[in-house]
Amino acid sequence: MRDAEMSCKELVELVTDYLEGALPGDDRTRFEAHLTECPWCVEYVAQIERTVALVGTTWRDVEADPRTAELLELFRDWKRGPRAA
Amino acid sequence: MLEEAVELTTDSRADDEALVRALRAGDEEAFIALVRRYDAMMVRVALGHVRTQAVAEEVVQETWCAVLAGIDRFEGRAALKTWIMRILVNRAKTRGQREARCVPFSSLGGIDDDDGPAVDPDRFLPADHPRYPNHWAAAPATWSQLPDERLLAAETQDRIRAAIASLPVRQQTVISLRDVEGWSPEEVCELLELSEGNQRVLLHRARSHVRAELERYLCDESEVAA
Repeated sequence: MRDAEMSCKELVELVTDYLEGALPGDDRTRFEAHLTECPWCVEYVAQIERTVALVGTTWRDVEADPRTAELLELFRDWKRGPRAA
Repeated sequence: MLEEAVELTTDSRADDEALVRALRAGDEEAFIALVRRYDAMMVRVALGHVRTQAVAEEVVQETWCAVLAGIDRFEGRAALKTWIMRILVNRAKTRGQREARCVPFSSLGGIDDDDGPAVDPDRFLPADHPRYPNHWAAAPATWSQLPDERLLAAETQDRIRAAIASLPVRQQTVISLRDVEGWSPEEVCELLELSEGNQRVLLHRARSHVRAELERYLCDESEVAA
């Protein structure tokens, strides 16, 4: 049995569903009602959003790939080989 | 805000066309860029189907061969990334089945095999608290509005990468596809054969974990002013 009011503990588990637009109408209303009264959860949701943005800028291209040289050889072989155009 | 971030990482058709033209012309830089962008991700996805890192790397290598062999026939009906990843998944699955002990991505352990809650339960007041049951016991440190200079610093980025790398393989794959590569939930579900609900659970665990690591790092290093 859930309380009518959403708790902070419940909200932090629903934040992804909320951001994905997958929260059923009822829960969405409770979620948003909670945010109007709880600056700490507003901060939490903002942290998740910032995290998502940071993950997007962080990983790409930086990952050193020791296989690149090997794969480049593969590309050169392909270039030299016959092409089925 | 979230949609914008995702939009920015989404490939455009024009990028694909330019890249395919460059590959066909034998442009090594273009190939290296493609490898940088997708190789590590492909290994992660392959690991959802085969048992060892070595086999996963082999499957990915075969995939690159198949991509090159097929690039002249690539018509752009699907996005380049989707085309590449489908080749990969087909090969990884075949290989996994041949390995006798096939471990499909969708059945790698239960959905509840990994982490606990998004936030340490000790951070909340008890459920029987007279006034504020299950509410924050103390204000979370505020860092969501810190300037980019701070959050994009090399050390912070290292910390984020380490947090992602430490995730179970399925969470790592989902957060990489969704938040790094900007795939849509539908694309991820299709590729990894996940239900929408399970995709969200994995994404939720992954994002919550990375957030918690980021908080630990930012708050350890110095007091984050409220």
